[in-house]
Amino acid sequence: MNHALVQLAAEAEKENPLIPPWPELVIGLIAFVIVFGFLAKKLLPTINKVLEERREAIEGGIEKAEAAQTEAQSVLEQYKAQLAEARHEAARLRQEAQEQGATLIAEMRAEGQRQREEIVAAGHAQLDADRKAASSALRQDVGKLATELAGKLVGESLEDHARQSRVIDRFLDDLEEKAEATR
Amino acid sequence: MSADPTQVLAFETDCHLFDGCGFPAPGLHSFMFEPLWGNADGNGLYFNKPMLLALLSSIIVVGFFWAAFRKPKMVPGKLQMVAEAGYDFVRRGIVYETIGKKEGDKYVPLAVSLFFFIWMMNLWSIVPVASFPVTSIIAYPAVLAAIVYITWVSLTFKRHGFVGAFKNFTGYDKSLGAVLPLAMTIEFFSNLVVRPFTHAVRLFANMFAGHTLLLLFTIASWYMLNGIGIAYSGVSFVMVLVMTAFELFVQAVQAYVFVLLTCTFIQGALAEHH
Repeated sequence: MNHALVQLAAEAEKENPLIPPWPELVIGLIAFVIVFGFLAKKLLPTINKVLEERREAIEGGIEKAEAAQTEAQSVLEQYKAQLAEARHEAARLRQEAQEQGATLIAEMRAEGQRQREEIVAAGHAQLDADRKAASSALRQDVGKLATELAGKLVGESLEDHARQSRVIDRFLDDLEEKAEATR
Repeated sequence: MSADPTQVLAFETDCHLFDGCGFPAPGLHSFMFEPLWGNADGNGLYFNKPMLLALLSSIIVVGFFWAAFRKPKMVPGKLQMVAEAGYDFVRRGIVYETIGKKEGDKYVPLAVSLFFFIWMMNLWSIVPVASFPVTSIIAYPAVLAAIVYITWVSLTFKRHGFVGAFKNFTGYDKSLGAVLPLAMTIEFFSNLVVRPFTHAVRLFANMFAGHTLLLLFTIASWYMLNGIGIAYSGVSFVMVLVMTAFELFVQAVQAYVFVLLTCTFIQGALAEHH
């Protein structure tokens, strides 16, 4: 067995490994042409088509997603605008209500003031009238009493009516003067 | 492969350390295969294991993308998702990055085919039973580099016309003055002669070296499996595992680099010369 190796080695010495024998070149060419033929003519165009379709599908998906996003965006903006409007409206209503409330309170206050003044005025008038009535009633009573008292004191009946009333008036005026002075 | 009588695997020998037989080191002969069919001597037709693996690579790559992309769905299944990720990696990560989307779209099929075909051929290195990277035989990288070369050279002529293409190849730049002829000669040689050669050899040499290293450690693991050598054998076997993982990485990187360079060449051909 060993000398077979040696023989083979001796044979190899004669061959230059950089010089290709032509049958191997031919087989190499055929083998490569087979690969190139199948790949270039059939398989790569097929897969290219699918890759292209997939790329388009993915891009289409992206476009769809983008469209959905822009729609969502516009809807959101719409909602935001509506919300802002509603908020504005609410603020306006509140403002109005406040203003109305203020005027109402002012009106009520004015009305109350007026009513109070009326009541006070009525009370004053009533008091005046009462005072006058009381005053005139007192004047008569005091006159009569004083006359009676004076008559009893003097011991004579003061029959003369005119004289009587003159005396009383004078007396009362004196009283009033005194009252005026003390006030 | 058992149908290959002279491709002697180290495991099939009974050669161990201290047995008085030398270390069966891997070499060029590890990359020579007796034909499965036909006769390799002279110019006869033949068919060997790397050829079989190359054709299997085509079938697997086409089969994978056929299963994934034949009836593609808008919502991809697991297989389609994986295939799409691979497709997108080459399309966006390599072609669009170098050539740009507008001009690059036309070259996506070439780049994708190259990447997965080369990767699969590299991957055979660590597939049990196959355990041979097809690209470690110069013919396969050479064919692919030639295809790329024809593509970008013809593209240069188509885009810039004869004079424009010549300027493109030689990096014509008036401001160089006296050294212009020298610079043009170097550029011409570098672009049209060295470039396709290095393009092919870069892939070939990487896979060749990787496979040789794997073989070295694998054979050593077997060879040293005797007496005190067992400890060394263990170390060697760990190296096999490490190198296998490393190769897995290199295989992808080399496929990537090959396609990246392809796109760079095409981009250079399309670029306006100024």
